[in-house]
Amino acid sequence: MWEELFQKVKTRLDIEDTSEGKAKKISIPSDLLFKCPRCQQVALMEEFTAGGKVCKSCGYHARLSARERLELTVDNETFKEYDTLMKSRNPIDFPGYEEKVKELQKKTGLSDAVVTGECEIMGEQCVVAVMDSRFMMASMGSVVGEKITRAFERATEKRLPVVIFTSSGGARMQEGILSLMQMAKTSGACARHSDAGLLYITVLTDPTTGGVTASFAMLGDIIIAEPKVLVGFAGRRVIEGTIKQRLPDDFQSAEFLMEHGFVDMIVERREMRRTLADLIRLHGAGKAGGFDE
Amino acid sequence: MSKLTAWERMELIRQKERPTVRDYIPVVFDEFFEMHGDRLYGDDHAIVGGIGVLDGTPVTVIGQLKGKTIEENKHANFAMAHPEGYRKALRLMRQAEKFHRPVLCFIDTPGAFCGVEAEERGQGEAIAKNLFELMRLKTPVISVVLGEGGSGGALGLGVCDRLAMLENAVYSVISPRGCASILWKDASKEKEAANVLKITAEDLQEFGVCDDILAEPTGGAHKQPELMAQTLRDYLIHTVGVLRDWDEQELLDARYHKFRKIGEFSEE
Repeated sequence: MWEELFQKVKTRLDIEDTSEGKAKKISIPSDLLFKCPRCQQVALMEEFTAGGKVCKSCGYHARLSARERLELTVDNETFKEYDTLMKSRNPIDFPGYEEKVKELQKKTGLSDAVVTGECEIMGEQCVVAVMDSRFMMASMGSVVGEKITRAFERATEKRLPVVIFTSSGGARMQEGILSLMQMAKTSGACARHSDAGLLYITVLTDPTTGGVTASFAMLGDIIIAEPKVLVGFAGRRVIEGTIKQRLPDDFQSAEFLMEHGFVDMIVERREMRRTLADLIRLHGAGKAGGFDE
Repeated sequence: MSKLTAWERMELIRQKERPTVRDYIPVVFDEFFEMHGDRLYGDDHAIVGGIGVLDGTPVTVIGQLKGKTIEENKHANFAMAHPEGYRKALRLMRQAEKFHRPVLCFIDTPGAFCGVEAEERGQGEAIAKNLFELMRLKTPVISVVLGEGGSGGALGLGVCDRLAMLENAVYSVISPRGCASILWKDASKEKEAANVLKITAEDLQEFGVCDDILAEPTGGAHKQPELMAQTLRDYLIHTVGVLRDWDEQELLDARYHKFRKIGEFSEE
């Protein structure tokens, strides 16, 4: 524990301070700074947070916790959370899994990697799911699969649109084959929601990969991405290992996906709420019964 | 039933004499007409597809193809499909639905291909679309894991009414090698990882994923390929016969619930 504390003090970032005309190096503890993983530029954490966690230099939209995302997206006091008590088991007795989950529950206050519920976005009613990458890279095991499935099922029953903010490292290895089957389960629930003529919007956030990309993330009627986020099927390092060369920086970026035809629109964070509300409204979807009422 | 460990089974199914879908087709089906291409981009040699005749009944056949020689493997990309492979499969599935033919999928892949072009052409979208469409395909679907069931690449042909596995086949969310490198930062511990991941036919039957296990000849399918093919044929004739009698909606509901009930969690 003490080691960790010291570790934190030791990791400092050196930045160039040019404010007084001549460059001099100053050293600031790294938790007061944000270093953009895309453009490597450094900003003060305070400014970065105040700006909605968007990199000022390149526009990269950094990761948000599920709570932060909900605060930015849903109307005040309209969020009714589903399945708050659902927790994972250790179905294949994977070494260290239970401890890891307990530790993350304590650290994040989440029960698992997705928060689901009903809400209003600028008055438009919908079912929403937000994945949180702090929890085992938001990998999909039984809990994520079940919560997403129930979200689709409830939305189908109540004839509501579904909005999912995806982010995930893929299927959760620690639950073995059960995790893989969640891809089929969520896609099936999504298909039933679709067959009922209901709207599903995917918002791809950083990073969306693996089994989540290869299931509900790519099944939206409308697929939106935040700028500069990473979206792909295979991990970058896996591909670099296969082809034995470095990939271009924009590989698997939101912009790359749009260029190849897999994303409808790239929407900045500050415009997201308005855009979602407008799209739901255009489908007459956010009021029970749609245009008929 | 097999007494082999998960790792021993992996070694067995990796032997190059292990029969592939190409070996089974001529014995299982009375006739076979191979079909090519996804009508969008190209023809993926990692996936074989076409129309077969199973004991007098026309069926759609889709299988991942492993090679036995380096040349064959290069041609079929070691059974690792690109997006066009999954889209070729989907095209043939929809054709099967139109003509009320059951779909028979043969799974045998280390996984979907991980490469630049696969990403550019939407590997994730291609697999996702197959899961989505298979879930509502209005004709019976039977999948059989012949050897290796590698993750999402296998599942792209694995949303079905009945999943069977050959006795020594394995089916896993991640390659044991990948698991070992994440868990112990050491890919060479794949043997240990294989045994941790619970990937054998019996394991999968316990989890309600695998419905039927098809016994292999003593020593493995490669010892008596003809006998293995005969077992496969008998199983498919029987299962197609059972599923053909189902009402369409009943079939779709049962397929949904087969996957719907998979998962372990608590709600206290």
